[in-house]
Amino acid sequence: MKITKIGALESIANEIRIGVIEQVYEAQSGHPGGALSCADILAVLYFNQMNIDPKKPDAPERDRFVLSKGHCSTALYATLARKGYFSKELLKGFRKLDSNLQGHPDMNKVPGVDMTTGSLGQGLSAAIGMAMASKMDSAGCRVYCLVGDGEIEEGQVWEAAMCASKNQLDNLCVILDYNGLQIDGKVEEIAGLIDIKEKFESFGFKVVETDGHNIESLIHAFDVARHQKEMPSIIIAKTIKGKGVSFMENEVSWHGKAPNKEQYEQAISELKLKHFEQAN
Amino acid sequence: MNNEKKIATRQSYGETLAKLGEKNENIIVLDADLSSATKTNIFAKQFPNRFKNIGIAEQNMMGIAAGLATCGKIPYASTFAVFACGRAYDQIRNSICYPNLNVKICATHSGITVGEDGATHQMLEDLSLMRTLPNMTVISPSDDVQTRWVIEEISKKQGPTYVRLCRLATPIIYDENQKFEIGKAIQHGNGTDATIFATGVTVAQALLAQEQLKKENINIRVIDVYTIKPIDKDMIIKCAKETKRLITVEDHSIIGGLGSSVCEVLAEQYPTKVERMGIKDVFGKSGKAEELLNYFEIDSEAIVKKIKQ
Repeated sequence: MKITKIGALESIANEIRIGVIEQVYEAQSGHPGGALSCADILAVLYFNQMNIDPKKPDAPERDRFVLSKGHCSTALYATLARKGYFSKELLKGFRKLDSNLQGHPDMNKVPGVDMTTGSLGQGLSAAIGMAMASKMDSAGCRVYCLVGDGEIEEGQVWEAAMCASKNQLDNLCVILDYNGLQIDGKVEEIAGLIDIKEKFESFGFKVVETDGHNIESLIHAFDVARHQKEMPSIIIAKTIKGKGVSFMENEVSWHGKAPNKEQYEQAISELKLKHFEQAN
Repeated sequence: MNNEKKIATRQSYGETLAKLGEKNENIIVLDADLSSATKTNIFAKQFPNRFKNIGIAEQNMMGIAAGLATCGKIPYASTFAVFACGRAYDQIRNSICYPNLNVKICATHSGITVGEDGATHQMLEDLSLMRTLPNMTVISPSDDVQTRWVIEEISKKQGPTYVRLCRLATPIIYDENQKFEIGKAIQHGNGTDATIFATGVTVAQALLAQEQLKKENINIRVIDVYTIKPIDKDMIIKCAKETKRLITVEDHSIIGGLGSSVCEVLAEQYPTKVERMGIKDVFGKSGKAEELLNYFEIDSEAIVKKIKQ
């Protein structure tokens, strides 16, 4: 069931954000910053773009999603629960001993997770393998892979980028969550990561730049990627780390820490207020 | 053992893959710009649509293999052992073994028998690295017949597998009717003076030593430990009970490989002294393969000398 109303998708993205905060608070551990920055992207993918059925999580003909920036697992888990792959109640177990919701996504433990990830830089290669398999079988699957901007400092990402265009994988769509921050600071300062558009263009990608928090722009970007022939696409989604929670926005310290009770309550009330505004 | 006709296990691998490709269309072969050396080029010629040369990008190759496996393909990923297990270790660990994906890593050019290329290309730690990974099966075949069986057998078995292959042409040990089983070692001879546990290229060396010693009325047995993980514990304990000395010999570091595996079994279940022959915690060097077997004291001459000590 494809949701096309912008307001409804915004509302889902907000629910995903609430899910992120609840999981990280409950576990007192996790990575809220990057999970909040990719919530709109996941909402559009799972509720507007991907050909998937939560009742058949292993269907061979389904589209695939690889969360290469696996530390943002809370966003994926909240999305999958909202989509109906498993009960929202299970989100409370995130990172706990008796739960299947591991710190980083485990494809064998969680329905709907298409690839186990966590060690940065590896997801795009796996996504290429999936896209190749679909081509070999003429299965018509699209494969989506979300990478972080800090993550693309890993050399393997560029090995994979070269390979994707060489193999003309037009069924592969990479999304870059370009929030500009990594654990130790700004991406351009830590590793000199600049001219990302030019880099991917020279590696043979169709590059689409968009506001990663604007649902309408994201849908348009995915549509452009879908119609691209004989080359892979990358959507460079400009985002804000910590998006939606005022005191977390653009604050690198929220990359990997949990809010205390007071902070949790403020974050939830901000997100719920937004939810109320969206609903009315 | 047929000492006249020699064949490298990498050659057996390439030929078997091509035959397997006809039987099973889910088999996909990946290589990292070494297909003429790993012999995957035989498959590539026959099944160009199911062969992907990934280029000199081993980490990417392992990740792609993982992705293919999630879609029901049976990827065989090949390159030299040093690049497979060393450069792409984290990819094998996190993208293949942790998710328990059905990827077959068939690495050639293991050990010092790589020869002239020298230390950078002589992988002496692969058994050690691969066998510590949960879900991984580790196989180190000793001849052409066994390799051909292994390569087909692993296509029928789910789960990540590492196969250690060699560049050097080695004698054919087994006849076509020999029965193999993953997890079982093969005993050659019933001698009780000593047991030589060998794997890969050193099995033929141990069998040569066995023949020579027989002439001097010293009777040893040779155990071909072609499955390093799961290892044949029963065979190891049986030999510890039945023979006077236990010696391991491998073209691999004495740390972490066959010798260590045998010691682990015995330390827990039947404490017995074990003498380890192998590369003694040093890097390899350039030279001819046969010269290096002699230099590093893992050839038949060294084994005979050890037994006589």
